[in-house]
Amino acid sequence: MYTQEMLESIKKVEATRAERLANVKAGIHPRRMTAEEKVQVKMENHPDYIASQFAELAIGPNKGEKVPLELAEVLQGNPRVNPKDIDLKKIDYDVDVLVIGGGGSGSAAAIMAHENGANVMIVTKLRHGDANTMMAEGGIQAADKPNDSPAQHYLDVMGGGHFKNVPELVKKLVNDAPICIKWLNDLGVMFDKEADGTMVTTHGGGTSRKRMHACKDYSGAEIMRVLRDEVQNRQIPVVDFTSAIEIIKDEQGRAAGAVLMNMETKEIRIARAKTVVIATGGAGRMHYQGFPTSNHYGATADGLVLAYRAGAPLLYAYTLQYHPTGAAYPSQIFGALVTEKVRSIGAQLVNKDGEPFMYSLETRDICASGVIRECKRGNGVDTFNGGQGVWLDSPMIDMIHGEGTIEKRIPAMLRMYLKYGIDMRKQPILIYPTLHYQNGGIKIGVNGMSEVENLFVAGEAVGGIHGENRLMGNSLLDIIVFGRNAGVNAAAAAKEVKLGKKLNLDHVKSFMKEMKDAGIKTDVVSPKLLPRYTHGNPVYDEPNAKLMK
Amino acid sequence: MEKMVNIYLYGKKYEVPASLTIMNAMEYAGYQLVRGVGCRCGFCGACATIYRIKGQNELKTCLACQTKVEDNMYIATLPFFPLVKQPYDIEKVKPTEQIMMQLYPEIYACVGCNACTKACTQDLKVMQYIAYAQRGEYEKCAEESFDCVMCGVCSSRCPAGITHPQVGLLARRLTGKYLAPETQHLLERVAEIEGGNCEAALQDIMAKTAEELKELYNNRDFEQ
Ligand SMILES: Cc1cc2nc3c(=O)[nH]c(=O)nc-3n(C[C@H](O)[C@H](O)[C@H](O)COP(=O)(O)OP(=O)(O)OC[C@H]3O[C@@H](n4cnc5c(N)ncnc54)[C@H](O)[C@@H]3O)c2cc1C
Ligand code: SF4
Ligand code: SF4
Ligand code: FES
Repeated sequence: MYTQEMLESIKKVEATRAERLANVKAGIHPRRMTAEEKVQVKMENHPDYIASQFAELAIGPNKGEKVPLELAEVLQGNPRVNPKDIDLKKIDYDVDVLVIGGGGSGSAAAIMAHENGANVMIVTKLRHGDANTMMAEGGIQAADKPNDSPAQHYLDVMGGGHFKNVPELVKKLVNDAPICIKWLNDLGVMFDKEADGTMVTTHGGGTSRKRMHACKDYSGAEIMRVLRDEVQNRQIPVVDFTSAIEIIKDEQGRAAGAVLMNMETKEIRIARAKTVVIATGGAGRMHYQGFPTSNHYGATADGLVLAYRAGAPLLYAYTLQYHPTGAAYPSQIFGALVTEKVRSIGAQLVNKDGEPFMYSLETRDICASGVIRECKRGNGVDTFNGGQGVWLDSPMIDMIHGEGTIEKRIPAMLRMYLKYGIDMRKQPILIYPTLHYQNGGIKIGVNGMSEVENLFVAGEAVGGIHGENRLMGNSLLDIIVFGRNAGVNAAAAAKEVKLGKKLNLDHVKSFMKEMKDAGIKTDVVSPKLLPRYTHGNPVYDEPNAKLMK
Repeated sequence: MEKMVNIYLYGKKYEVPASLTIMNAMEYAGYQLVRGVGCRCGFCGACATIYRIKGQNELKTCLACQTKVEDNMYIATLPFFPLVKQPYDIEKVKPTEQIMMQLYPEIYACVGCNACTKACTQDLKVMQYIAYAQRGEYEKCAEESFDCVMCGVCSSRCPAGITHPQVGLLARRLTGKYLAPETQHLLERVAEIEGGNCEAALQDIMAKTAEELKELYNNRDFEQ
């Protein structure tokens, strides 16, 4: 239900719609920004460029580099449990490959480790599949059409990431993309296809070819459901409602397991493994700079904390993706994602006066910057609690592609808004950028291993694949490409490891000493595991649970 | 002042802002959720919830993250429901009627009460998709069940003990793998890659200097 003011503004949007539609049909779009304009709009508006929101790391492998304030706090936070209180001799789980995180990348890694003969186990914070992967709506990229090629895909990825991407990782990403689509298809993922089997593909922001494959707007859910089912079919053990809170090493300094904590009972468990895969996903629930987020409840950058303490360097941890179109209204869905597909199938960004103020399919960082600028210029619509937003003119979609397109192509979006009395087929929707994706993360080589031996990383926890900005559809792709890759390589490496070594947490002890030496005094314990919300109500927060003996 | 309503969480009364979802209202009341919460956005099915409005007969079901509180709502969450999952080998199964009979024979005990459809948090025609599954019409079952978030609410209401979401999932995997048309251009591209035919172009573009790459990028042509 829109307010009176919003309805007034909608009239202006409707007044310019016919002309905008005619233009689109004639192939005339609002002008793309020049390279110089892009730099300017970003420097002046993008949250990554607000210097006061960053802190320099005082210790650890990335000492001297800047990361968001909230991330610095957890990277340099206190361990949840003092290492001296943990008995590493009592081993509860003993496996070849330990996968931390039951999202898409973790599941893909576990399946491939299993396929390659490893005894593999998944440990995950909430339920298996309660993950960002489940929420991806838009789709997955792969250059599998005749007018496209892996090299063309490479170009788009590099440009989208502002040429900061690690070239070898990008090469693997684009080269393996069609292979991974086939793998998913053969597992039974239902991709949108024409009657003759041709994949239905669309553009995403920053793509030069239509290579976005989708499963309606449940792309991630469809992939996640199938991978989870496959993990269950293979009877790979999944320890749910349990988080890894520390990496364990052997006497040679190689990753050799993890300290686990039951999320409900706080029971501590020890998992020994020959190799470890971190697949813990993103960081939206860190709410950098106070932004709302599109991410699932457990997205708190835990993997970065575990790896950092174990001595693995991060790459581009200073860059986050703010998705240009988060729901700005109504309050119940504040921050929820409005998939990019809404724009890629025709909805335009327009301001409160109904003007199309920018090309709607610029890369995400540029688009988000453009929306923030438009609101700063006073051309946004007031929402609630002092917030603002601009219109995404969704009724254009059915007008361009025919009635029923919204229902067929983006049913989840339609359903989300209908619940709050807004029919996006008839009325435009209000959007504002939301914290969406962790562009940076743990540095890996092409084999998926971090700089700590036998510590592999896959998925959103990795840094470098997408440079400073990920394009839509390349993340679902990377979790499959690098998830599978990590699983294969972790299984192979596990074959080389001999058991009977001495497990230790010496790296945690020395990290604590480093903190002390650097004069870091903090109450923060990390990994964070979950955010705490009280929606404005004063609630007594129990002090952080300590291990009780 | 914000409009407030009274709700009852597991029978205990709380006063909460009327604009909150059930999930947020629980947090407002002081709960730190671990169970019954995942995506917070209607995709994962973790937050299945049962409620009744005081004085009304009907027992309603919903997703806590997607539903606003109402005055006099009695709320109980359903963070776990014992569903049945039968393991199978996707490479060996065939998309024939046999497979459902073998893995989920209880679907043939459906009494047609429609309780599943009435309970579905996604407004799916659940009884209908079970009927398709019974007849081995997997593509129809797949289509009809596609938006299922596997919350398990339907199963909690079924007198025949059917695990609907697993039936839908099996039908969808069979459809995706065996019944959907094959994608020729995908097979061709994979063959090209595996035959090493895409390697030269990749090596070529990787060898470009930063400037050359930027030049290429800024002048690339776009598929309309
Ligand atoms: C709303 C939304 C829409 C998106 N749409 C698209 C799209 O259209 N296309 C695209 O390509 N990408 C999209 N993305 C991005 C993409 O979905 C994610 O980046 C990707 O799925 C991440 O997969 P992952 O396996 O790395 O992490 P996740 O899927 O998030 O899985 C991580 C898992 O690790 C668990 N975990 C975390 N910490 C710990 C710990 N300490 N111990 C144990 N377990 C832990 C989490 O609970 C979770 O289950 C979208 C993301 C969101 C949020
Ligand atoms: S069909 Fe059942 S499991 Fe699926 S969404 Fe509906 S109620 Fe939930
Ligand atoms: S609830 Fe069970 S018995 Fe009733 S219609 Fe649905 S599947 Fe059949
Ligand atoms: S928390 Fe995922 S559906 Fe509600």
